[in-house]
Amino acid sequence: MTVPGSPSRRTFLAAALGSACTALLTGCDALSKTQWFPKLLETGEHLNRTAQRLLTSRKSMAQEFSEADLSPEFRSNGTDYPEDPAYRALAANQFADWALRVDGLVNRPSDFSLARLRGMRSRTQITRHDCVEGWSAIGKWTGVPLSEVLAVVQPQPRARYVVFYCADIMDDGARYYESVDLDDAYHPQTILAYALNGRTLPIANGAPLRVRIERQLGYKMAKYVMRIELVETFKTVADGQGGYWEDRGYEWYAGI
Amino acid sequence: MNSLVANADERTGRDMGLDNKATSSDSKPYGYPRHRLAVRIMHWVNVLAVIVLLMSGLQIFNVHAALYWGQSSYSGHAPVLQITAMQASDGRPIGVTRVLGYEFQTTGVLGVSTQDGQLTARAFPTWATIPGPQWLAMGRRWHFFFAWVFFVNGALYVAYSVLTRHLNRDLLPTREDWRSIGRSILDHLRLRHPTGEAARHYNVLQKLTYLVVMFALLPLIMLMGLGMSPRLDSVLPGWVDVFGGRQGMRTLHFIIAWAIVLFVLVHVFEVIISGFWNNLRSMITGRYEVRTNPHDSPR
Repeated sequence: MTVPGSPSRRTFLAAALGSACTALLTGCDALSKTQWFPKLLETGEHLNRTAQRLLTSRKSMAQEFSEADLSPEFRSNGTDYPEDPAYRALAANQFADWALRVDGLVNRPSDFSLARLRGMRSRTQITRHDCVEGWSAIGKWTGVPLSEVLAVVQPQPRARYVVFYCADIMDDGARYYESVDLDDAYHPQTILAYALNGRTLPIANGAPLRVRIERQLGYKMAKYVMRIELVETFKTVADGQGGYWEDRGYEWYAGI
Repeated sequence: MNSLVANADERTGRDMGLDNKATSSDSKPYGYPRHRLAVRIMHWVNVLAVIVLLMSGLQIFNVHAALYWGQSSYSGHAPVLQITAMQASDGRPIGVTRVLGYEFQTTGVLGVSTQDGQLTARAFPTWATIPGPQWLAMGRRWHFFFAWVFFVNGALYVAYSVLTRHLNRDLLPTREDWRSIGRSILDHLRLRHPTGEAARHYNVLQKLTYLVVMFALLPLIMLMGLGMSPRLDSVLPGWVDVFGGRQGMRTLHFIIAWAIVLFVLVHVFEVIISGFWNNLRSMITGRYEVRTNPHDSPR
């Protein structure tokens, strides 16, 4: 019934719309750089975590697939060959001199050689790896359930988190690390994988040992694991957010 | 959820309608409160949430600017959509968009666009993403926070609409509505809009569109978002297969987002051509003016 506005009105509207968009964009970027606004936004991620815990049980299982679903090549992301000379020396010798140190709040700190890990009860699972970037790949992982290793070292009652220290040093000079709570540490699909698609784990995918935490995003699944520590809090590790990417603004619970 | 060109908060219409009844047959314009305060607030909260969700979503998409069907991105099949940058023979970057095997040069907007005065390889341009520069962690924060705003606002709207009978009275098509569907389609194509008393109700296409958006597109896009969560996929292992697997759900999330953008474009178009200031005012102050001019009337 009403005809659209006159040209001048239209020009005004277009200009108004244009400046509204510019204001929105610069406003959002400015807000992102404040201290308080990202903190406020973070409540969304706390709600995510609460909702995920309410909707799924602690022991819910990630989907497992068949051999037919395997990705032709399992994508390597992030580090594909750690530069650390100590790591390279271990790699040159097929990790025969490598041992996983497990210590912290445990009764029996222990070292696990690859041979010892391979001799323990193993689990093989074909699972989907979901990267925070948006892609997914399917691989067949074989390894020791983390719960088996924990049974050997006997965590103390004060232990609440498992921290994984890695051999790879990132572009900014910080060493990669990750942490999970005991729910995920004792989850049946949480394994310390030493094989991918039936072969020894390639260096590009985290040799000699990478952790699989199947209900979280890829960045939780630390590669090149050298040491595992049981702690009461991860606030004292690196920048205190529980992981390399967490220290750079990604959420600690990476369930979505 | 309640994006409304809206003609019809009938209850408030009726409140005012008492003294309007007498005048409705002559052509004297009169105003009445069309949208209640709660609806107006929820509408604008929703506008903000949808804008932020779209733009922060594009920020997230940009990090891996390809969409697939199935569980995995690496299955041996080509992506269904891919936005990428290539180099021309003279070294200039060119933006390339591939959709279902067709390739388009999209330099300037998709694949390659200007950032800080420089042609830069990025899927969607800085003006379409929150934050502008590539910053995935911050984009995710915006996205998840406003996803909750959007969800809570939408849930409140649905509860409100059911409890106040807004849904029943104003949104569910009546038998007459269904009978008038052919005429309504023609009216829309001719850009004719109801005037007088008829302008106080949603027309049937409008009702159906709102219902499809509110009860199909919006719940689906939320579900597709949840399906991308490895934790939520473990609720019932395999449920994501129903929607084409995790990557299929990511693709559907993207497609539905653009379907919502299409809805918004049509919605804003209809708002403009059916009396922009009147419509806009009715969603700000609530007051809508009914004009009964026989020359304007399509019927």
